[in-house]
Amino acid sequence: MLESLQTFMTDYGWNLLALVGFSLLLLVVLLIIIAFLLLMDRKVWAAVQMRRGPNVVGPFGLLQSFADLLKFVLKETIIPAGSDKAVFLLAPLATAVFALASWAVIPVNQNSWGKWVISDMNVGILYLTAISSLGVYGIIMGGWASNSKYPFMGSLRSAAQMVSYEVSIGFVIVCVILCVGSLNVTDIVNAQRAGLGTRVGLTSSFLDWHWLPLFPMFVVFFISALAETNRPPFDLVEAESELVAGFMVEYSSTPYLLYMLGEYVAITTMCALTTILFLGGWLPPVDLWPLNAIPGILWFLLKLVFVFFMFAMVKAMVPRYRYDQLMRLGWKVFLPLSLVMVILTAAVLQFGGFLS
Amino acid sequence: MASAIFFYIFAALAVGSGAAVILTKNPVHAVLFLILAFFNAAGLFVLLSAEFLAMLLVIVYVGAVAVLFLFVVMMLDVDFAELKAGFIKNAGIGALVGGIVLAEILALVGYRGLTAASTLNVASPVPAAGSDITNTQALGEILYTKYVYFFEASGLILFVAMIGAIVLTLKHREGVKRQSISAQVARGPKTGLEIIKVPSGGSVIPPAAKHPEAAE
Repeated sequence: MLESLQTFMTDYGWNLLALVGFSLLLLVVLLIIIAFLLLMDRKVWAAVQMRRGPNVVGPFGLLQSFADLLKFVLKETIIPAGSDKAVFLLAPLATAVFALASWAVIPVNQNSWGKWVISDMNVGILYLTAISSLGVYGIIMGGWASNSKYPFMGSLRSAAQMVSYEVSIGFVIVCVILCVGSLNVTDIVNAQRAGLGTRVGLTSSFLDWHWLPLFPMFVVFFISALAETNRPPFDLVEAESELVAGFMVEYSSTPYLLYMLGEYVAITTMCALTTILFLGGWLPPVDLWPLNAIPGILWFLLKLVFVFFMFAMVKAMVPRYRYDQLMRLGWKVFLPLSLVMVILTAAVLQFGGFLS
Repeated sequence: MASAIFFYIFAALAVGSGAAVILTKNPVHAVLFLILAFFNAAGLFVLLSAEFLAMLLVIVYVGAVAVLFLFVVMMLDVDFAELKAGFIKNAGIGALVGGIVLAEILALVGYRGLTAASTLNVASPVPAAGSDITNTQALGEILYTKYVYFFEASGLILFVAMIGAIVLTLKHREGVKRQSISAQVARGPKTGLEIIKVPSGGSVIPPAAKHPEAAE
């Protein structure tokens, strides 16, 4: 028994322990970053509206997110009498777990130590699409299990919105994959070391990244990411000034916290995905001394925060869409546009001599 | 050993949730169990090192098809008593169909021609051990190179089916006000504004009253 345990440990055990350790490290760092991103979201929003934003808890309000966390956790969880209790509690958990699970394949750096990623699977980008398409279940289940009309209607709205925009996100990802020739997420970043910039003489610079040759797709992806994560101007589900909270009406305390956490993790994932697909991941903007000496993870974080800043600015500046306008944009504008771009990208790659 | 442990976990969960699909009373729970069964099937695909198929199973079935199932089941008002009455009435036919499918599966498994050598010849989504092509590439070569005409033909059939479904359900109602976004965007001071000289002491019928569509 002891011997078999020993062989098990040498075969799998240490790898398993390392995996658990790295996963925990990633999750803790990610959650702390999200706590501050949430604060940044509110601060940016406030600055645009010439308010101060949260500034009471801690210096400059830095600890606001942690105060919110404590408040949510310490309140009473109210479960409606007519609700389906198991599904009602499973729904926010599913949202949070699926959102966090997508970080398993997101590489944050690559240096002499190896790739900084939990699982370097060779269908990583498909895994990301699969997991992000599961996020819709938390919403449908929550809306249905509440056994109330408004949450149900809200969840139907939200689910239809997410399913619609997944289509255009899928086509954008197909475009990027065509240019890269691999489904591995690390390969997608490394493929951006050479590109248009190398052709004009600026080797390994920001001109090599995919945002330039695939610029229309970059815009489509950014807008679809807003819609996919139910961010303003597409936050029809929980339009704060018109509706109550959509599918979250019946939720309180920790389950509500899990929904909000899942939402913000999904937003951060989308920012990371934009960084990886279009902004060169952890690559420095110019491969010159002071810039390429900065660790790649800092570049990754910087780009992620920049994309998140754009998310926050959109929230502050753009008025909300009407639901039929949202559906029109998804199905009648983005879908044909991205479909044409897939064909165009494939044709340029095939006949432009890029495939050699 | 680890893969054996995972195989038994996935297999047991797949069978268990498959049974729960038909045993549970609430149709929404049944669909949720169906999704769990899909998940475990995807896990089994991963263990077979067919990870591309596993991801497609999750994206297509869990991410899209099962969502529509859930929509339909949640929106329908299912009457349980009626459902159970139907169960007794149709049990014989159901058992017959199930029996035929079972017999077919047994016949296929027991078929002598299906030896280990012949299964190797079947175009497999999992590339042979030792080759360095990934199974995404292997599938792509089979689907888009070897059987490209069949692939195109099936695509055409699906396209026709899609158009058919749209034609059957699309009702273009007349006399309904529709928003024309390009017309709204193109609207400027010249088309949207009209300056009328009103004679002092007199009155003018506003053009909006004459052309109701211009009042929008």
